[in-house]
Amino acid sequence: MGRPLRNRLALPLGFAFLIVAMLIGALVGPVHIGVGDVLRAIGAHIFGLRSPLHGASDAIVWELRLPRVVLGVIVGGTLAAAGAAYQGVFRNPLADPYLLGAAAGAGLGATLAVAYIPSSAPQRDLLPLAAFAGASVAVVAAYALGSSTGSVSASASLVLAGVTIAAFFTAMQTFVQQQHLDTIQEVYSWLLGRLATAGWREVVIVLPYALLSWVVIILHRRYLDVLAVGDEEAAALGVNVRRVRLLVVAAATIGTAAAVAVSGLIAFVGIIVPHTIRLLVGGSYRLLLPLSIVVGGGFLVLADVLARTIVSPGELPIGVVTAFFGAPFFAVVLRTSRRYG
Amino acid sequence: MTALALDRVSVSLGGAAILTELTAEVERGEWVTLIGPNGAGKSTALRAVAGLVAYEGRIDVLGDDAARLRRRELARRIALVPQIPVMPSHASVEEYVMLGRTPHLAYLASEGREDERAVERALDRLDLLPFARRHLGSLSGGERQRATLARALAQEASILLLDEPTSALDVGRQQQALEIVDELRAEGELTVLSAMHDLTLAGQYADRLLLMDGGRIVARGGAAEVLTRGLIGEHYGAEVRIVGEPDSGLVVVPVRRPVRS
Repeated sequence: MGRPLRNRLALPLGFAFLIVAMLIGALVGPVHIGVGDVLRAIGAHIFGLRSPLHGASDAIVWELRLPRVVLGVIVGGTLAAAGAAYQGVFRNPLADPYLLGAAAGAGLGATLAVAYIPSSAPQRDLLPLAAFAGASVAVVAAYALGSSTGSVSASASLVLAGVTIAAFFTAMQTFVQQQHLDTIQEVYSWLLGRLATAGWREVVIVLPYALLSWVVIILHRRYLDVLAVGDEEAAALGVNVRRVRLLVVAAATIGTAAAVAVSGLIAFVGIIVPHTIRLLVGGSYRLLLPLSIVVGGGFLVLADVLARTIVSPGELPIGVVTAFFGAPFFAVVLRTSRRYG
Repeated sequence: MTALALDRVSVSLGGAAILTELTAEVERGEWVTLIGPNGAGKSTALRAVAGLVAYEGRIDVLGDDAARLRRRELARRIALVPQIPVMPSHASVEEYVMLGRTPHLAYLASEGREDERAVERALDRLDLLPFARRHLGSLSGGERQRATLARALAQEASILLLDEPTSALDVGRQQQALEIVDELRAEGELTVLSAMHDLTLAGQYADRLLLMDGGRIVARGGAAEVLTRGLIGEHYGAEVRIVGEPDSGLVVVPVRRPVRS
C-alpha cells in the first residue's frame, strides 16, 4: 500500500524547516556576524577546535544565541508534542498543555517561590523547581478528580477537572499576589515566558525531561490513533485505555512542567503547531507526533526571533508573540473543531 | 463446539438491574440474534461478552473464562461492530481498517507486512480497495458501514458481535451488509452474535433468535417459534401479522390497530 508521497516528504521537510529556523535564530541579533563565521564558530566549539571569532563575538554566538536557540527548540518541541498528545488522549482538539491546569499550577508554584522565599536565597534556582512542582500537583489533582467521577465520559470529565483545578489555582495565585504587591512585576515577567536568560545550564536542566517525554509519547503514537475511535471501541480492540492514557498524560506533563520551569508560560504552541500539521499531512499521530517536535522547535525559535527584533533594542516576552498569533488561530480551530472530532 | 457460553450473567448499572441471569450458548459457525424492545438489554449483553461492562456470572469464549483472558487476547477472539461507531473523519479508510490489527501487535510494536496483507484482504472482501485512501468523513453511510465491517474483519477474530448492524442503512444496504456477514460466516467458521430491531431480517438471517425483555431471555428458538403474534404483542406491545414467505422465511408486518370511535 505504501504511504502517499506528501507524508514521506513531511519529516525531511520538517527537519529542513527546523535547521533554517535555527540558523536564523543564530544569525539575527544586534551585532552582525556573518553566516560562515557563525557556522565555523559553532563547529569549532562542538569539535573542540579554536573558534575563528574573537572573544566577544564568539561569546555572543556560543554563550548567548546558541543556547537560546537550542532551548527554544527543546521547549517548542516539547510543548507542541505535549499539545498533540493531550489532544489525542482526550480526543479534544482544543486541549493543550495548559488544559489540565499545568500552567496555573506552575504559575502558583512560581508565585509562591517569589513571594515567600527571602530574596537573599538563590531564588532563581528555586523558581523553576517550584513551577515544576506546581504543574505536577495540578495535573495529578486534575487527573484524580477527573477519574473519580467515573470512566463513562472520562475525556469530558478530565477536561472539566482541569478547568476546575486551574480556576482554583489561579484564585490562590491572585490572592498571594495581592498580599505581595512588591513582587508582582517579577512574577508577571516570568509568567509571560522568556528564553532571554537561557544558558547551557537551562538546556542541561530541561533536556532529560524533554527526551523522556518525547520518547514515551512517540512510542505510544499508534495508540493515540486507536483512541480516536473512543474508549469503548479502543478497549474492544484490546487496548488498556487507562494505562495508555495515564502514561501519555504523565509523559506530556513531565515535558510541559520542565519546559514551563525553564521558560515560563508560553501559550498556544501546543495548539498552533499540531493543528497546522494536521491541515498539511492529515491527522494520524504516527506522523503528527514526531513532526510536532521538529516543527514546534523551529516555530518557537522563529517566534523568539520576532520577540527580540520587533521592538529592538528592547524585547517582547515570547509568550506575547505566541499568544498574538495563537489566540486568533485558537478561534479558527474552535470554529472548525468538529472536523477533527 | 461452543463458541460462546453465558452462564447466569447479570449486569447492573447504577443500582438498576440491566441483565438478569442470562444463560445462553452460541455454537461455532452459528448466527444467533438478540431481539427485544428498546431497553431489553441487548446491547448490554453484547458489551458484556466483549468485556466492556462488569458482570456477575461467567462467560466462556472459545472454551476459556473471558474474565481470565487478557484484554488483547479477548480482542483476538471477539470483534465488535458497535451500533454507532466513532469514526474519526480525518482518518483514511486504510488507516481505520488497520486499527483492527491492534490486538495482534505487541505493546510497542508497529504493523508489519502480515498486518498490511490482512487489511488488504478485508478491504478487498468489502469492495473498499478503491476507497483505501479516502477519508472517512467523505464516505456515504453505506460505505462507512462497510469500513467498520472491514475493520472487524481485519481483526481476524472468530466471533463477530454486531450491534444493530443495519440501523443506519436503507433496505438495499441492509440486505447487502447482512449478506456479506452471512457469506463470511459460511466461508470461515465465523460465529455471529447480533442484536437487531428489524424482526424480519433477524428471522431471515439468524439460525436462532433470543427474545429479550426486561433484561431476561423470555423466548428462544428458530424464527417460527419466536416470531409469533402472541410473543411480539406481549413483549413489544405491537400488533403484527406474520406472513410466511416460501423461500426466505417469515415476514413480520406491523398492522395498525382499528381506531376506536
